[in-house]
Amino acid sequence: MLGQYITNGVLIGGLYACIAVGFSLVWGVLNVINMLHGSMVVLGAYFCLYGVQQLGLPLYLVAPAVCGLLFLFGYAVQRGLLNRVVTQPILITLTLTFGLDLIVNNLILQGFSATPRSLVTNYGMLEFLGVRVPVVRIGGMLVAGVLTLLLYWLLRHSKIGRAIIAVRMDRHAAALMGIRIPQIYALTFGIGAFMAGAAGCATALIYPVTPMMSGVFLGKAFVICVLGGLGSVPGAIIGGLALGIVEGIGTLALGQQWATSVGFMMMMAVIVLFPTGLAGKKGYE
Amino acid sequence: MIFDRATAFKLVIGLLIFGGGAAFSLILDNYYLQVLTTLAMLCVLCWAWNLVGGYMGYPSLGTVTFFGIGAYADGIAQVQGFPIYAAWLAAGCAGAVVALLLGLPLLRLKGHYFAIGTIATVEVLREISNNWETLTGGAVGINIPIQPGSPDFVGRFFFLAMLGLALASFLVTIVVDRTRFGFGLRCIRQNEQAASMVGIDVFKYKVSAFVLSGVLCSAAGGIYASMVAFIEPKDAFNLITTIEIPVMVMLGGMGTIFGPLIGGVFYVVLKEFVWAYFINWHSGILGLIIVAVIYFLPSGVFGISWTSALKWLKLRRRPAPPARDIVTPAA
Repeated sequence: MLGQYITNGVLIGGLYACIAVGFSLVWGVLNVINMLHGSMVVLGAYFCLYGVQQLGLPLYLVAPAVCGLLFLFGYAVQRGLLNRVVTQPILITLTLTFGLDLIVNNLILQGFSATPRSLVTNYGMLEFLGVRVPVVRIGGMLVAGVLTLLLYWLLRHSKIGRAIIAVRMDRHAAALMGIRIPQIYALTFGIGAFMAGAAGCATALIYPVTPMMSGVFLGKAFVICVLGGLGSVPGAIIGGLALGIVEGIGTLALGQQWATSVGFMMMMAVIVLFPTGLAGKKGYE
Repeated sequence: MIFDRATAFKLVIGLLIFGGGAAFSLILDNYYLQVLTTLAMLCVLCWAWNLVGGYMGYPSLGTVTFFGIGAYADGIAQVQGFPIYAAWLAAGCAGAVVALLLGLPLLRLKGHYFAIGTIATVEVLREISNNWETLTGGAVGINIPIQPGSPDFVGRFFFLAMLGLALASFLVTIVVDRTRFGFGLRCIRQNEQAASMVGIDVFKYKVSAFVLSGVLCSAAGGIYASMVAFIEPKDAFNLITTIEIPVMVMLGGMGTIFGPLIGGVFYVVLKEFVWAYFINWHSGILGLIIVAVIYFLPSGVFGISWTSALKWLKLRRRPAPPARDIVTPAA
């Protein structure tokens, strides 16, 4: 029984990591709490549903296209709107992204209606030592995990990645090194949106989707980000898995309805005790 | 307390507004009374937020935490059979206790972490009120005994109660604005370390402001709960409200005496209009309003420099100057 809950926790944790990593990157690099993130995940999920169900395209074509679309969306939002206020105090950027979130969520609600929808996929179950796991969840988890690792590699070894890290460590010094800050900001936000799109596609495979879920995703992203430390990809993975497992165990011990509270309580404890996150060190990848 | 001429003037203007509101309540019909009660409630929340967010400069998103605590304290007390005034008192006290307990750990945080920590309190309390069914009735909510009397009488009663609380918040703001306490809060906003160096007990000041703000919010929550006679977690701990409040204060001007009132009036009028004509799009339009406030009125409607706005308008009438590259200070 416990094994089943922990396995479920790990699988959902992979999805959580994918949701949180974009949010964490944006927070870490841009110093913006992106309240729009949950809606971007939902947007990705709906685009995916639309592509597969309405247009009848295969999933392996739709998912990359959705991620690409979300990247463009994120890039445009940062370039056109957020870059103008990105250096303002936290209250300004947070309320601005919250306003954008209201707009996007309203558009989703009007465009796709509030009825829960899901991709019906059944690729069977795997059973191992009495633990049953749907194959589609493993697939979703694998894709989310691989993308997250890819992002880690990108940040560590590519020129753009190093530029993003440089901007994160010291914006002014990075500008003096010839890095175009607005460009990097827009790219970072685009990458965050890309990851949100990927997470949205994975979500559409696993859960029925409604526009109301954006708040839930945002809440998870908060918790994981605080657990793992800002802007850190390994931190997001660790935080995501930790949250997934803790929620699984919390469900077992206290019942389903307390799962979210356990996550938030854990976050409050961490935020007060270790304000730089469990993964600690600030600034480096 | 420094009580100069300008303060006296502001006090008189405020008292006139409140007196006018009270007098108006005798002739208004129930719809307008309802709108004005909401307005008074939002003004209380704005004034309360202004103490922490405006004067002290801490981006608190926990307004609704205390509002909800007050609403639940009132509901539970009244269901237990306490009279309404005792329930309001209980709401205020509950708010003070919770603000103290939350403030001690949260006020050690700064900036983003403070904002996230305060948002998290809203989420946690909503979950708790959803799940602790023996105390809060869970997602079903609590039915609070309805006040006896005709709808007209009850409407006026709650309006005057809310107006009285708004008057109290206004007076608190004036006192804070003009005393050593408010001066200390402004110092904290500008530079916390420097404030501590000139002898301000920073932590005590921060906690005091937080508790003061919490008491006002929870009292408003208590009156609100009695008025609507029904509370549920979704309504009491509403995330949208907790972000709307700073937007309203921003609209009117942060860290000022009248900013919360002006912002509240503008916002409520806009919102009523949007609700009335664009019911399906109201949250989107609300979002547009928020975005517009951030871009065009970052220091409030009274932060606009009218002289330079006029100059800009005059410049526009002349033929356009030769085009040149404009370097935007984007980052």
